[in-house]
Formats: sequence, structure tokens, C-alpha cells
Amino acid sequence: MTLQTMLLVAAALFSVGLYGAISQQVVVMVMMGLELMLNGVILAAAAFWWFLSPTPDGQVLLLVVITAMTVEMAMGFAVATLLHRSRQSDMTDMATDLSR
Amino acid sequence: MLTGIVFWVLAVIAVATGVAVFRVDSMARATYALAASFIAVGLVLLLVDLEFLGVITVLMMTMEMAVMGIYMIMFMGMNPALMPMDMVHGKRPALAVATGTFVVLAAGALLIPWPTRRGAPAADLVTSLGEAVMESKMLVMMTVSPVLFATIVAALVLALPKGRYDRLGDDLRAGKARR
Repeated sequence: MTLQTMLLVAAALFSVGLYGAISQQVVVMVMMGLELMLNGVILAAAAFWWFLSPTPDGQVLLLVVITAMTVEMAMGFAVATLLHRSRQSDMTDMATDLSR
Repeated sequence: MLTGIVFWVLAVIAVATGVAVFRVDSMARATYALAASFIAVGLVLLLVDLEFLGVITVLMMTMEMAVMGIYMIMFMGMNPALMPMDMVHGKRPALAVATGTFVVLAAGALLIPWPTRRGAPAADLVTSLGEAVMESKMLVMMTVSPVLFATIVAALVLALPKGRYDRLGDDLRAGKARR
């Protein structure tokens, strides 16, 4: 287990999540892609912390990333709920006007 | 040696279940696959002595995926959540972007001359994290707190029925003019 191997695994997780976030049509599946990307970020941050500078600052950064994941999930569920109720749809293609 | 073997097993599980999220034929199975990926990463955190963060990652993501499973069944009915599905767009461009990202990140991980480790971890990492949060990094936590509170309020405003979006529709200005 080295810094490089942990970063490789983190890169793989991030890339798989990116694929999902771009390609999926269902809002919940897009959220899963974003979660997977943050999963990779957590692993990379842990690797940097352990192999470069094992100070409490790195742990606080990880705590912030986990918080960001929670916020993303809560807001994603709220938007998906609103979309489902107002348009009877959970597809991103049906909500392209939100990007305006 | 044993740590290396455990790491590679967990790494393979994390990536394989991550890929499975977008390969399995139902959203319920995808949820379980994502939970497995997070649990594997949480266990890797335990390998690098991040006991507190590893445990909260495992606990939080297990509960989050359980909520996601309930959510899917509640809002989308049993069929879309448990029946086969293939709802994707731009599969090839997405694959190209993801592959390119992996190549760039992997090249960076392997080619950058990373510095050597500076300092040693504290004897009690959980205590050191607690002290950092309550002392030198308190401003970070004081920033995170209103963000979480704002998230709760914003999520409720969006998700509650009879909210302004239900009464006025998407075009809030037009709704205001009508009143």
C-alpha cells in the first residue's frame, strides 16, 4: 500500500463516478455518480494525509468532504422530490430548463 | 504484507462495486453496490488509522443508502426501483471523458515526485481531531454549521408540498404578477 496505489484507486473511483454523473438520465443515478466521485476524493485525501502530512488538518479536510457529501445528497433528494411532484418525472432530460 | 493484501482486496471491491452501480439492471441493486463501495473505502480509512472517519463513513453511507432505497421505492414505485433499466444518454462521450480523466489523474499520481512524509501521526488521532475541531479549526466547523442549517431549510423549502414552487410553478415572477 503506497501513496501512488491509493491515488490510482481514488482516480478509478472518481472516473467511474464521473461517467455515471454524465451519462445517467435518472436524477438519483446522477447523484450516485457524484457520490462515487466524492468517494474517490475521500480516499485521495486520506492517502495524502497518511503519506505526506499526518496532521489533524487533513482529518478536518476529510470531515468537510463528508459534510459536502451530505449536503449534496440532501439537496439532490429535495430537487428530485420537487421534480417528481411537479412534473411526474425523475429524468434529467425533462428538466433541462432548470439550467437556464 | 497483510495490510497490503487487505488494501488490494478492498480496493478491488471498491472499484468493482463502483462500476457495478452503473452496470446492474436495477436502481435498488445499484444502491447496494454503492453502499459496498463506500464500506470498502471506509475500511481502507481504518487501515491508515483514521478510525473515527472510517467508522462514520461506513455508518453514514450505510444509512444513506438505506434511505436512498426507501426513497426510490416510495417515489418511483417498486417497478422502476427493482426492475431492469437502462436509462443513459451520451454513453460514448461520457466513457471518453471518464477514461481521459482517469488517464490524467493516474499519470499525475505516478509521475509527480511526491515529497516524503513530514511529521508523525498523533498517538490518539481521534483526540487530536477533536482538539483541532474545538481549537485551531473551529472556524471551519463554524462555517460548516450554517451550511448544514441552510441545507436543511433549503431542502425543506424545495421538498415540502404547498411550497412556493407548487403554488406559483416554475416561473415565480409570473406567479407574483398574477396575484
